[in-house]
Amino acid sequence: MPEPLAWQISTVTAIRVETAEVTSFTLELPSWRPHRAGQHYDVRLTAADGYQAQRSYSIASPPSRSGEVDLTIEKIADGEVSPYFHDTVAVGDKVEVRGPIGGYFVWEPAFGGPLLLVAGGSGVVPLMAMLRERASADPRPPAVLLYSSRNFDDVIYRDELAALAAADTGLRVIQTLTRSQPAGWTGYDRRIDRPMLSEAIAAAGPAPLVYICGPTLLVEAAANGLVELGVPPAQVRTERFGPTS
Amino acid sequence: MDEPMMLDANAVAGELAELFGFEMTATVHRCAHCGNVGQMGTLLAWTQGPGITLRCCICRDVVVRIVRTPTRTLIDVSGAAYMEIRTA
Repeated sequence: MPEPLAWQISTVTAIRVETAEVTSFTLELPSWRPHRAGQHYDVRLTAADGYQAQRSYSIASPPSRSGEVDLTIEKIADGEVSPYFHDTVAVGDKVEVRGPIGGYFVWEPAFGGPLLLVAGGSGVVPLMAMLRERASADPRPPAVLLYSSRNFDDVIYRDELAALAAADTGLRVIQTLTRSQPAGWTGYDRRIDRPMLSEAIAAAGPAPLVYICGPTLLVEAAANGLVELGVPPAQVRTERFGPTS
Repeated sequence: MDEPMMLDANAVAGELAELFGFEMTATVHRCAHCGNVGQMGTLLAWTQGPGITLRCCICRDVVVRIVRTPTRTLIDVSGAAYMEIRTA
């Protein structure tokens, strides 16, 4: 049985800007433990007066990288923790974390597939950890990512997703941009709905393992829609972010 | 119940692990109200109030309540008929 979760002081070793609102932080951990794709870390900030703020951030990196994890963090304008990361944290800074956390919203290659992943905005982060792990799995189960973003420039991991899909006939990425679309856009241009979910199910294949992550209302709509289309509820795992900011 | 504020028990997995000493979201429970058997991770979570409330994803009744004060933590699991913690 693993030891109880303990807080530890990590060191920021790399920072990568993903989009205008989203940045990935690589944390080096003195007590690293292998994680499972879909898990998260809790991050705790402590002010000089002792006030503490704590948030959970999904791990974006695959478990195969030892000693460190990438957390991809969206900046919430009125948030307590994410603005600190975006505006203040620099390489070399120390950050208090505990993890990996969660045993429910996880996927590992032994679970098999097919995988049907549905993401809204930064909900793509834990699903990306799954796709990154799947990329090096043998065999690789078929996978579909249905991914909703507001605008083209808000698509997190855009180039990597395109490269993964181009190199792998077993991976299908279906995208929708709900606010604006660039010229020549061939994806969808509306919120995730029944036809999109039907297409995703058809592309994934029978009895998919479903992981849905994003704002609560998107997760509700997608989960209910998939169940209405015949996916067994027990195959649908959800991670809700709360209200859209 | 404020639906847009609803999260999953996964959101409080760290707190649950801290209180119980185990990873709890994969733990199986039975809802004392409707009898649904499922993993704790299927519970719906409300975390914006003075405590944490976890509700059954089927009947929406309260399964677990956790309230922390500066000196103690109150855990009400009367909504769970049982919990099965895997130890091996």
